[in-house]
Amino acid sequence: MAEVVAAKEPVNVTKTAQQMGEEQREISISQFFEKNRHLLGYDNKAKALLTIIREGVDNALDACEEARILPDISVKLEEVDKEKFKIVIKDNGPGIVKKQIPNIFGKLLYGSKFHRLKQQRGQQGIGVSGAALYAQLTTGEPLEIVTSTGDGKLHRYKQKIDVKHNQPVILEDSAEDTEKWHGVRLTFVAEGVYREGKQSVLEYLKQVAVANPYANIAFDSPSGKTEFKRGADHLPKEPKEIQPHLMGVEVGIMSRMLHDTKARTMATFFTAEFSRIGTLTANEICKKASIDPKISPRKISDQQVVEIVKVVKEMKLIRPPTDCLSPLGEKLIESGLKKEFSPEWVASISRPPEVYRGFPFQVEVGIAYGGGITEPRLLRFANRVPLLYQQGDCAITKGATEIDWKRYGIESDKFPTGPVVVFLHLASVWVPFTSESKEAIANYPVIIKEIKLGIQECARKLSLYLSGMRRAQRQAERLAIFERYAPETAKALEELTGTSAKKIIDQIKKIVTEKGSEIEEEENEGDETGPGEPGGEPE
Amino acid sequence: MKRGQANPVESLNKLGKDIVKQLDELKNPDVILPVRTLSNIYFDDKSKIIQLGDKISHRTYLNVAHTRKFMQTLLVAAECKKIIEQNVTTSIRDLYYAVKHTIPGTQENTVEEQSESDPVLEDLEAALNTLREQLHLQADRKGHVAGPIVVNDVGDDIDATRMGSSGWAIPSNVEPETVKFKSCSADYVLVIEKDAVWQRLNEDKFWRKQNCLILTSKGQPARGARRLINRLHTELKLPIYVLTDGDVWGYYIYSVIKQGSINLSFLSDRLGMPEAKFIGLTTQDVKKFGIPGNVTIKLNQGDVKRANEMLNYVWFKPKEWQQEINHMLKVGYKLELEALSAKGIKFISESYLPQKIGEKDFLP
Repeated sequence: MAEVVAAKEPVNVTKTAQQMGEEQREISISQFFEKNRHLLGYDNKAKALLTIIREGVDNALDACEEARILPDISVKLEEVDKEKFKIVIKDNGPGIVKKQIPNIFGKLLYGSKFHRLKQQRGQQGIGVSGAALYAQLTTGEPLEIVTSTGDGKLHRYKQKIDVKHNQPVILEDSAEDTEKWHGVRLTFVAEGVYREGKQSVLEYLKQVAVANPYANIAFDSPSGKTEFKRGADHLPKEPKEIQPHLMGVEVGIMSRMLHDTKARTMATFFTAEFSRIGTLTANEICKKASIDPKISPRKISDQQVVEIVKVVKEMKLIRPPTDCLSPLGEKLIESGLKKEFSPEWVASISRPPEVYRGFPFQVEVGIAYGGGITEPRLLRFANRVPLLYQQGDCAITKGATEIDWKRYGIESDKFPTGPVVVFLHLASVWVPFTSESKEAIANYPVIIKEIKLGIQECARKLSLYLSGMRRAQRQAERLAIFERYAPETAKALEELTGTSAKKIIDQIKKIVTEKGSEIEEEENEGDETGPGEPGGEPE
Repeated sequence: MKRGQANPVESLNKLGKDIVKQLDELKNPDVILPVRTLSNIYFDDKSKIIQLGDKISHRTYLNVAHTRKFMQTLLVAAECKKIIEQNVTTSIRDLYYAVKHTIPGTQENTVEEQSESDPVLEDLEAALNTLREQLHLQADRKGHVAGPIVVNDVGDDIDATRMGSSGWAIPSNVEPETVKFKSCSADYVLVIEKDAVWQRLNEDKFWRKQNCLILTSKGQPARGARRLINRLHTELKLPIYVLTDGDVWGYYIYSVIKQGSINLSFLSDRLGMPEAKFIGLTTQDVKKFGIPGNVTIKLNQGDVKRANEMLNYVWFKPKEWQQEINHMLKVGYKLELEALSAKGIKFISESYLPQKIGEKDFLP
């Protein structure tokens, strides 16, 4: 009601259009995130610490894997003042060449990953510079980078970000000789709050250790030192880079590609720039969009771009190749679950690759049961990165809670209620996150379907295991029954035959041991009273 | 083989020895029992009684559904042996208490209710081809007799015309060794389901007027009453007429008296009485005797279900019975013996029974 009244009041028209035009100006990406830090995962002080560490560790793992090095990562958190932390993240990766250092850490949206379609943790080149920006905004302290590529030279940088121009400002640039070390060490000083629990740094690192069992992760926290030891000594296979697939290309991207291509004709544009398009298909696309295959891509009008994208959607195209994916594989999933949870039983499954919107993806599932597991957990991963927030919005949660767990003999209330850990990994060249903070996977039906198929397959295995266990338990109960009635039976037999009860008990125990398990339950004497006699037989 | 010919102690010893032998051979101990359910009985057309078939079941130790019963079977067997050797007679309730105790190291009793030990005893009777009486056990007594008969019950002569208002209580064991018939001048035996009606007839000295014996079973007849009815017919050639409520339960009591029961089918030749005749009540009597409609009772679900089951029993196949049960289902009511009092308190003894018996208006 108040709003309606307000709208009726006279509007204050003191500004002219010209004045307003003077106020309009471009803003830099850094400025944008200065105001919208929650979009990058800095909505509160506890989460901020986690996000900084996550960005650093993700980068370290990506770099190590690309260089085929078994990752050795250490993270140190030190509270230097109240709610002010020094965060040190160190890896043994290939290091960074001197020339690139300022831009990688001092410019948002600068990176090697945005432009290629390859399965990686980082995607858009915001992460680590975003962390530096947050640190700078909250404490004013610069980011320190120490790195070596293993050539005996150690480079040390201290730098800030010029927010207005999205440019690095170098405060220190020194070099020294070093031993044969290679890798990167980042030091941030940022505001934060250290907590332990479900959405904490500790939990994040534990889950990293589960999904990256070939990494060794040391954590020096305010409450003590923890080490997540390496549990496997090989890396997953290296993912290949692929070209985009036509199915996933939208009008804007198509226009840019048409502008940037070196191809001279439309036919070669399609075959050269896209994954799995042959001459025949290229000509068919041109024909359907009423375009001459021989004309130059530069001559395509906006109208025609729209037409191309439209006809492509209606065509049956060969799927993109899937060797761009690097699934963990069943062995690594199981070794990660085993080393971090010590379960009684574990199973895993790597689903075959699938495609959404032209992007290949693959779902992997692991289920661990019993043993050291004390409560039910759903662990979500995208390209081996744990997802700790926004569980409710995530495709993985949706898939896992739509399973009829009871069908598999697993006690549940939407999700298992017993000691069950469900590990779910989505690997893709482009993970469809619901936001830039990469916390939840968007609900594409084909992704949810794959998630459910994977869980069902693992749940079937668990169901078999559980029924085997129940059988064993029943067996033990049966033997207990045979033991329980032996003394009474023996005493009665002694009274009937004079054979000593002790001897009879021994004999009963013998047949129970030898035959007690053999005879499975064909047991039931049939209806002892049966139908008939109303009111029973009087006696 | 004729029932009760085996020496019970020997049979019990053999039962034990067989099991010990099986144990020595490391076999799963096994007691073989005749199956005492509807699936293993048949109606013998020649003798007109329910007989036990030859299906057997195995009660084995290594079967969790049997283990407890297996133990109970041996406990009861051992107890019976003890009772016989001490030469005492006890009741099946005593037996229940004698075998009941807590199994050491558990919270569990060897038997919880008498309803657990009773069927085990019946199993033993059937399996060992012996009789409860030979195992020195007696059932609870039930049933009374009045009328012109003199019996000798364990040494005492009893004149059933001089037993006051309660008559001679039928003992649980009426075998000839215990109960001897000294003299009897009755023309027939009237078996009455309900004790209250028996008391009415006894008060009216109905047995004197009609020169008959009146016997009440007080509901389902106990073994003693059934055995006595059997002996009164076979030894004294007395016709047996049965009077029950006009409902399915009453009809079934008649059927148990006549051709035996499913549960004790192995004793039918001693307890059954194929020549027994049914006087009533029937639902057809309502019209015939002008019984007022307001004393009938509407059939309930259980009555209808039971009636339909009974239509399928071979021994209810005679057309008169099919007719009566179908009539009951059609009119949808039943009636109690006491309903006859609606026609006057002495209607049953002075009109109903004399007319029915005089006209031989019976159901087979």
